[in-house]
Amino acid sequence: MTDIAEPLPTVAIPSSQAGDLSVRIRRGAEYVVIPLLALGITAFLFSLFLLALGKSPIQFFELVERGGFGTAFSLQNTLQRSSPLILTALCVALPARIGLVIIGGEGALVLGGFASAVVAIPLVLGKVSPLFTLLFMASTGMLVGALWIGIVGYLRYARGVNETISSLLMTYIGIAIMNFFVEGSLRDLTNPNKPSTMPIGDAYMVGHIPGTDVHWGLIAGIVLSVLLYILLSRTTFGFAVRVAGGNPRAALAQGLPVGKLIIICCAIAGACAGLAGFFEVAAIQGRANASLAAGYGYTGILVSFLARHNPLAIVPVAILFGGIVASGGLIERRMDLPDATVLLLQGLTFVVLLTSETLYGRFKIFQVRGAADRT
Amino acid sequence: MSQNAAIIVILALIGGALRVSTPFMFVALGECLTEKSGRVNLGLEGTLVLGAMSGYAISYHSGSPWLGVLGAGCAGSVLGAMHGYICKLPRVNDIAVGIAMMLFGTGVAFFFGKPYIQPSAPRLGSFSLGAWTGNQEIATALQINPLLIVGIVVALVMAWAFANTKWGLIVRMTGDSAASARAMGVSVDLVRFICTTIGGFLAGIGGAFLSLYYPGSWNQGLSSGQGLMAVALVIFARWSPIRCVIAALLFGAAGSIGPALQSVGITQGYYFFNAAPYILTLFIMIASAGSKRAARDVPGELSITK
Repeated sequence: MTDIAEPLPTVAIPSSQAGDLSVRIRRGAEYVVIPLLALGITAFLFSLFLLALGKSPIQFFELVERGGFGTAFSLQNTLQRSSPLILTALCVALPARIGLVIIGGEGALVLGGFASAVVAIPLVLGKVSPLFTLLFMASTGMLVGALWIGIVGYLRYARGVNETISSLLMTYIGIAIMNFFVEGSLRDLTNPNKPSTMPIGDAYMVGHIPGTDVHWGLIAGIVLSVLLYILLSRTTFGFAVRVAGGNPRAALAQGLPVGKLIIICCAIAGACAGLAGFFEVAAIQGRANASLAAGYGYTGILVSFLARHNPLAIVPVAILFGGIVASGGLIERRMDLPDATVLLLQGLTFVVLLTSETLYGRFKIFQVRGAADRT
Repeated sequence: MSQNAAIIVILALIGGALRVSTPFMFVALGECLTEKSGRVNLGLEGTLVLGAMSGYAISYHSGSPWLGVLGAGCAGSVLGAMHGYICKLPRVNDIAVGIAMMLFGTGVAFFFGKPYIQPSAPRLGSFSLGAWTGNQEIATALQINPLLIVGIVVALVMAWAFANTKWGLIVRMTGDSAASARAMGVSVDLVRFICTTIGGFLAGIGGAFLSLYYPGSWNQGLSSGQGLMAVALVIFARWSPIRCVIAALLFGAAGSIGPALQSVGITQGYYFFNAAPYILTLFIMIASAGSKRAARDVPGELSITK
């Protein structure tokens, strides 16, 4: 239906030229240069906007640098925040490769986190070993996330329900389900401040990567990105997904199980977002409450689009946006800007980025003669 | 539940349908026009929020709520025009741009809306259809806001114009087959640009309703998915303005199930009843997506149902 999934550069090249490195670099460069150009234009437009408000753009970028990357503390804060961004971006990227625009990662994150916090309660009370508890929590979170987005994929394939709308609707439903239980039967009555589930306790929390303050979610995100990249570009499954994403009718004519592929892609995607929810609960919050819906799912959409739905590119883009999100508080306080500044910047980036889609194929320098018309 | 309580709940549902449905109606009508021309604007959720903010701000500064409604419409049409312009560029996907506009509209509204969370702006008035009964409860339940009437009139005009005017034919032709529109000498991009802009204008007015009538103040949690539900509602209404109005009333009733039950003392499952409109939308989408009638009425150029 949509043509958002670009074929990987390596696939687009006829086999006779596949070994030619300069061709690969030139074709691949387009996918790097144009998003960077879009980022540059966004920075320029946002600077103009700040100037119009009488604020200093230079101060803004200095604060992003200091608040997001400058010191060891801020860098670790950034990496901490980029972990859910990597995972929720994967939730967008994988379905995008098969031609689906899924924007319900927030819902899968919230429900995955909530489910993992709930299954932890009996295990923590029963003093089961932390390692087993965490593994069980993580698998529950992933399973619930997989189910949640899997439903979206199923509805898309079986009933033709538009996946973009249904996945966002399911996010609202998911948040309502969590609120229902957190304010009702599963509420921890010893905590009068904020309705939450029972805390899992310090002994059961996910630890930090040795030598840092960053939890293991970052490693999980990077490993999953690499695995999914290999899955997409180096396996028959990935090949089938790309064929189905490029032309569903041709895929069906080839006898590919398109419905199954769609549902599996959505399920893996949901599992990633569910895992993000697990890490938010088990490494940051310690319990499930409304703070789970912090908007990582929405920023993840932008990250995935900026990375052109390439799992490997998602990691650096997620770190960049993790830094912008992390420096948000500092910027708002120092420059006396409203707390929606980061949201506005994200919206602007998204609009400029999608506008830049029109530039693909317009620059001669990236075109390889003879290769383009044969793909 | 006693009989009395049941009557209260039913009254509250009717009242809710009359009160809550207006934003759904405006957004759905705007989206209906946009989709009739062959494009999808998923960003109307952002338009709704920006309309609510700008309508409130203008009403606060000018003292006139109707000026606020107009301003909200203009703010909405700016977002609509942006969507319409970006989508006419080659290789740009209208659904993805809609998601971006959703984020952008919300961001702009929250950014500039911060100073307006506290002050109270003049609101739109209302009149009651039930005043003649002399019954206070019925009179309160049948409060009608002027924008509801405006919405119904817009729907009637749109339905008439689609069927009976040259402009209506051009819009429908552009939506059904861009190739034939081009062959007739119609600029497809221009028609879609205009339709998306007017669609944004209508959605902006829907937003002004939220902040100027019900709930009647501006805050960041004002709209939670109404704009998106309205987009889904257009599929259910099978691209007919009249059916959009009926569907909006149905959604308004569904949205007031929670508060209605709460008013008779049923608070159990409050969050679930608040989720009722989302669940209803999802079921409606499941039921209407695969139907033969929807397949017959869908504009041929639309990417949302392919």
